[in-house]
Amino acid sequence: MKDKIMHGLKSIGIPRLTIITLLIVIYIAAYVLKLDVAQLFSDNLVRMGMNGVLVLAMVPGILAGTGLNFGLPLGVICGIIGGLISIELNLTGLFGFVVAIVASIPLSVITGYYYGKLLNRVKGSEMMVGTYVGFSVVSLMCIAWLVLPFKSDAIRWPIGEGLRTTIALTDYYDKVLNDFMKFRVAGIDVPTGLLLFFFFMCFIVFLFLKSKTGLAMIATGSNNKFAKASGINVDKSRMIATVISTILGAIGILVYAQSYGFFQLYTAPLMMGFAAVAAILLGGASAHNAKIFHVIFGVFIFQGLLLAALPVANVIFPQGNLSEIMRVVVQYGIILYALTKAGGGQ
Amino acid sequence: MKTKTRDLLTKNIVTIVFVILCILGIIASQQPLPFIFKELLTRVGRNTFLVLALIIPVIAGMGLNFGITIGAMAAQIVMIFAISYGATGFGGFMLCMVLSTPIAALFGYLTGVVLNKTIGQEMITSMILGFFANGLYQLLFLFLVGTVLPIGNEMYLIPGGVGVVNTIDLKGNLMYALDDLWSLKVPTVLIIAGAICTALLVWMQMKNKATQTKDQKKASYARIGMGLSLLVVGLVLNFTTNMYRFFDVPMITALFIILIAVFNIAIFKTKMGHDFRTVGQDKHIAHVSGVNVEKRRVLSIVISTVLAAWGQIIFLQNLGTLNTYGSHVQISTFAIAALLIGGASVTKATVGQAVLGVILFHTLFIVSPMAGKNLFGNAQVGEYFRTFIAYGVIGLSLGLHAWKTFAAQQRKDKIDLE
Repeated sequence: MKDKIMHGLKSIGIPRLTIITLLIVIYIAAYVLKLDVAQLFSDNLVRMGMNGVLVLAMVPGILAGTGLNFGLPLGVICGIIGGLISIELNLTGLFGFVVAIVASIPLSVITGYYYGKLLNRVKGSEMMVGTYVGFSVVSLMCIAWLVLPFKSDAIRWPIGEGLRTTIALTDYYDKVLNDFMKFRVAGIDVPTGLLLFFFFMCFIVFLFLKSKTGLAMIATGSNNKFAKASGINVDKSRMIATVISTILGAIGILVYAQSYGFFQLYTAPLMMGFAAVAAILLGGASAHNAKIFHVIFGVFIFQGLLLAALPVANVIFPQGNLSEIMRVVVQYGIILYALTKAGGGQ
Repeated sequence: MKTKTRDLLTKNIVTIVFVILCILGIIASQQPLPFIFKELLTRVGRNTFLVLALIIPVIAGMGLNFGITIGAMAAQIVMIFAISYGATGFGGFMLCMVLSTPIAALFGYLTGVVLNKTIGQEMITSMILGFFANGLYQLLFLFLVGTVLPIGNEMYLIPGGVGVVNTIDLKGNLMYALDDLWSLKVPTVLIIAGAICTALLVWMQMKNKATQTKDQKKASYARIGMGLSLLVVGLVLNFTTNMYRFFDVPMITALFIILIAVFNIAIFKTKMGHDFRTVGQDKHIAHVSGVNVEKRRVLSIVISTVLAAWGQIIFLQNLGTLNTYGSHVQISTFAIAALLIGGASVTKATVGQAVLGVILFHTLFIVSPMAGKNLFGNAQVGEYFRTFIAYGVIGLSLGLHAWKTFAAQQRKDKIDLE
């Protein structure tokens, strides 16, 4: 029994254990400090649904062996373009949101296809290449945002050139998912639509992983040579994974934006991949293995930590931005930990 | 001959593209050449040292060391405390150099240990490590200074007494501490450099005359010609009316850069340098032939980190403002982009490539805002363009390198199968 517990603890890993403990301590501290714990928890649920799909986008890449998809900004940009198209057409409410998703999918399929093609050529360095492809495209898109011919007043600056840095969704599809069938229980607001959508996406990915294509993908990731020997087209599997990851990135940012209330253009998507990677790793995934559970659990604790730490830290240490520092340390610390665990060895 | 030219072109394609881009940029920016030259002179003096810090890890097979950010942090930690306790002038500058060495060495050691655990993924690890270290750096300066750690002068604290202010003005303490020690005008420098180079090359030619092949002889005469032309250009500039006569070259900074360049070349003539090279080429063979691979890898990162710290101090004394939470952030991206533009790759880098890269990259940096304004009516376009160039060139050469390695691996697998 004792061995079993020790083994369980070891497989969770000390960093994760520390962070889970930290989250519990922060929630207890919030209660002791008489902060509104119920409110905190509702916000935690919102944040979980808001970021969930972006984190889900990590699953196909990890399983297919392309590693942590630091190229997530590619999908994010496709999603933003889809969203802008929907605003440009002056569509509102749930319909506008759906059109945004539909518009972003062909874009992300094309982007994902070429990104996948690239990743197939750079096997072994996918993470590094992905990071810098993401960075390059984000900075190239900065130029594009200045010159793209969108006409809507909500998108363009009223004077001057180019698109706004933040685009408000108030008149379009702000919180369409969050407010869908929202209810309140024991002081906790439950964003039903948002959570349903997130779980629905998780379920779709889960179904996909059980399909023939999905199983081939997992086989590719777990043993390249074995997969090849059993007649699986390795490159194609990796490609499909990358395309799906990019689509999920696009949908993810749309879900994020409708909850946040804004689209953020220019350099905002630059570091988005890292937060998503950190969340799934915190949930228990590694560079080679991920489950849907890791997504749900990871995004809950990571976002919960970021959210709850802010008011608690502000009460205990009014000076300094301790919670932001903690975000940086936790986010990159867990990625670093996963990299050393995955490390090549000799 | 034709294939030779084509080889030369394909091998140096990145550099050639950037030479063309720079020329087009200069034309589009419509800036006067002396202005560009003066800016470039400043930027070369400011940045070259940092770029040179990258070379040894590349040769040792660790790839591009994104962890030089951590060296820069070590430098800034020392500088901020030293300034608050009243360090000024050249003495203060040297104090910073000396004090930052052990700290940077320690950081470099820790980086090296982590990188030894992630063989094959050193670059992404060193980059993430840089981000992670930045979190700890912020913890130090936003939170610990003023609560746990004392600082020499309250003036550098955020009102409220905890955390260090955003920007620290180096005017009156460390600004130009090195640059202003001794400077000469551009023509004088050209004449001196031209004379020394020519004399040195002629002497070498005399010495090697007997053993030379025809090609070597040609190359040697070409080099002497270049030395002479430096001298001639210097003389012409000196005795005609032009703007260049008024530009200063910070001689001691130049000397520091030359010393490090010589160090980077000389180290590969020693046993240690050979070990670096062997480790870089094949870790297994290195291990078999008795080289302690892990130790050598750590050492290469330690050297790189210490050089980066020194480089950052030189960079900041020229810039004149220390942005507590920002000065170090982009260091690795820009230094690495510059090195790659000069023609280096993940596995090969030389001092010459570093210098050439700095010149090209910073020319582009100087002209792109104005070029963007003239071409697109918006200076922002140019600014985003140069960021794109920095990220793009890194992405491109990482991609090309990974592609080549992967293709070679596949070919090897095929041969093994057969």
